[in-house]
Amino acid sequence: MSDKTILGKHEVDTISRLAAISVAESEVEQVAEKLTSILDLFAQMEKVNTDGVAPMSHPLDQVQRLRPDVVTETSIREKVLKLAPSSEDNLFLVPQVID
Amino acid sequence: MTWEVVIGLEIHAQLTTKSKIFSGSSVAYGAEPNTQANLLDLGMPGQLPVLNQAVVPKAIKLGLAIGAEIGMRSVFDRKNYFYPDSPKGYQTSQFTYPIVDKGGVVEIEMDGEIRKIGVTRAHLEEDAGKSIHDAFPGQTAIDLNRAGTPLLEIVSEPDMRSSKEAVAYAKKMHELVQYLGICDGNMQEGSFRVDSNVSIRKPGAPLGTRTELKNINSFRFIEAAIEIEIERQIEIIESGGSIVQETRLYDADKNETRSMREKEEANDYRYFPCPDLLPIIITEADIEAVRATMPELAGEKQARYETEFGLSEYDAALLTGSRQMAEYFEALLAKTQDAKLSANWVMGALSKSLNQNNVAIEDSPVSAEALASLLARIQDNTLSGKIAKQVFDAMWKGEGSPDEIIEAQGLKQITDSSAIEALVDDVLAANTAQVEAYKGGQEKMFGFFVGQVMKASKGQASPAQVNGVLKAKLNA
Repeated sequence: MSDKTILGKHEVDTISRLAAISVAESEVEQVAEKLTSILDLFAQMEKVNTDGVAPMSHPLDQVQRLRPDVVTETSIREKVLKLAPSSEDNLFLVPQVID
Repeated sequence: MTWEVVIGLEIHAQLTTKSKIFSGSSVAYGAEPNTQANLLDLGMPGQLPVLNQAVVPKAIKLGLAIGAEIGMRSVFDRKNYFYPDSPKGYQTSQFTYPIVDKGGVVEIEMDGEIRKIGVTRAHLEEDAGKSIHDAFPGQTAIDLNRAGTPLLEIVSEPDMRSSKEAVAYAKKMHELVQYLGICDGNMQEGSFRVDSNVSIRKPGAPLGTRTELKNINSFRFIEAAIEIEIERQIEIIESGGSIVQETRLYDADKNETRSMREKEEANDYRYFPCPDLLPIIITEADIEAVRATMPELAGEKQARYETEFGLSEYDAALLTGSRQMAEYFEALLAKTQDAKLSANWVMGALSKSLNQNNVAIEDSPVSAEALASLLARIQDNTLSGKIAKQVFDAMWKGEGSPDEIIEAQGLKQITDSSAIEALVDDVLAANTAQVEAYKGGQEKMFGFFVGQVMKASKGQASPAQVNGVLKAKLNA
C-alpha cells in the first residue's frame, strides 16, 4: 500500500455496497477523502519496522474464556417476531434473495 | 483429448453439543422455527459471544486422528457478508489461524491401492440460519434456529482425481468423525455437509477454474453431481468456452448442475480478527488430555479383529465399517464369547434385515443383547442355525424373546436320540430303493437321507445327531 492511495468513485461504490451503507452522489467526494485519510494512516503504520514481531490479533494479553456446554436460553420468539418488519408462520420474511 | 479432474472437498461437520458455539441456545434438531435463537444468535447489539468449551477438544480429536498440527493459538475472524440467514452481517469463523492446521492426511483405498488425501486445515465456525425460498412468493422466509450451531469445517487439498475418490474420501471422513464421537454424521439433518470444488486441466497444467457444488446430502448424489459437472466443464472448454468460478446447485431430479445466480455480487469477505473473541490457547497438557480419550479408530479395530479374533480381513473391514456396527458386534461378542458366530450373524441375518428394511444398526429392533440370547440357544444346542434364523425373523417382527418364540412355535431342536432314531428308521423304511443304491456304492445318496430326516423333523432335528445316527444305521 503506497501512501499515495487515492480512492475514486468506483472504490467508494464498491466499499459502500459491501458495507450496505448508501452514499449519496453528492457525498462521494467527501467520503473518498475520509477513506483515503484512513488508508494514509495505515500506510504510515506500515512503515514501522516489525521484523521479529509476532502478528497480534488482539491487544489484550488474555485468552478466550469458555462456557460449559449447557442450554441456558429459552424461546424469545414471540418478542422478536414482533420487532421484525414482516413475519408469517413464525418465520421472518425478507425480500427474496435468490432468483 | 484427456482431461485430469481435480477435486477438493470442504466438509462441514456439526459438532455434537447441546448448546450453540457462542450462546446457550439449544441446537436440538427439529424444533419449532425461531424458538432456539437468542439475542446473540439474532445479532442484537450489545451481545457478546462466549465460546462453548465442548468444541475445543472435539476439534483437537480430529487433528490428532489425521496427524495434523494443532493450532496452539487459534483466532476467530469475521467473514463479512450480508445475507438474511446470518443476521450479524458476518459469520464468525477462523481464517488465518485455524484450530487444526496443516499436515493432516486421510488414507483411502481405491481399487486395492492406498491413496493419501491431504487435509489443509479444519476450523471452528458457526452455522447460518435456514432460508426457505419457495414458501412465500417473492419473499424469503428465515428460521434462525440453526444460526450459531457449532461446525468444524474440514478442508481437503485438491488431491482427488475422480468422483469416486471424492466420495471415498467423504465416506472416510464421515466414518472418522463418528468414530471420534465429534459429529453424529446425520446427512439428512444436515449434520455432515459436503461441498465439492471441481475443475479440470491438462495433466501437468496449472489448476483450472473451479466451480463449487454445494449442500448435497447423499454420497450417491455427490458422485453423480461431480460426474455431471465434469462433463459440463469438458464440453464448455472443448467448444472454446471458459469456466466461470461460481457456486452451482445439483438438481437430482434432472441430474444437472445449475448456477445459483445469487443476487449478491462477487464475494469479498474482508476477514479480520473478531474483537469480541480472544485467541484460543491450547497447551501440550490439553492435547495429552484429549489423546488419552482417543477411541480406537476403524483401522486399529480392524487389525485387532483380525489378530485377536482370527476374523478374515474382509469380515473385519465390514464389521468396522461404521462405529455403530463395531459397537453392536462388540456388545454381542461380550455375551457370546464366540467371534466367528457373532460376526456371521451380524454380517448375515442382521445386515440382511437391516438393508431390506432400510434400518440403521443403532435402530435395530433386535438389540445386541437380544441377539446374544438367541445365539445362546444355538450354543446350547436348543436350535439349529436354520431354525435360529426363523426365530430371528420373529424377533425382528417383535414377537418376543428367543425363548418365548421357541416355546410358542415349538421350535426346540430335537436332541433326544431315540426320537431321532425313530425318524431315521421311518425314512430308511420308506426309501428302500435309495438305501440299496447307497449300499451299492452311491455314497452321495447320504445327503438325500439327511434331507429327508430333517424334513420329517420340520428342521428341528439336530443335524449333527442325524448324521451320526444315519451313518451308524447305513453302515451297519
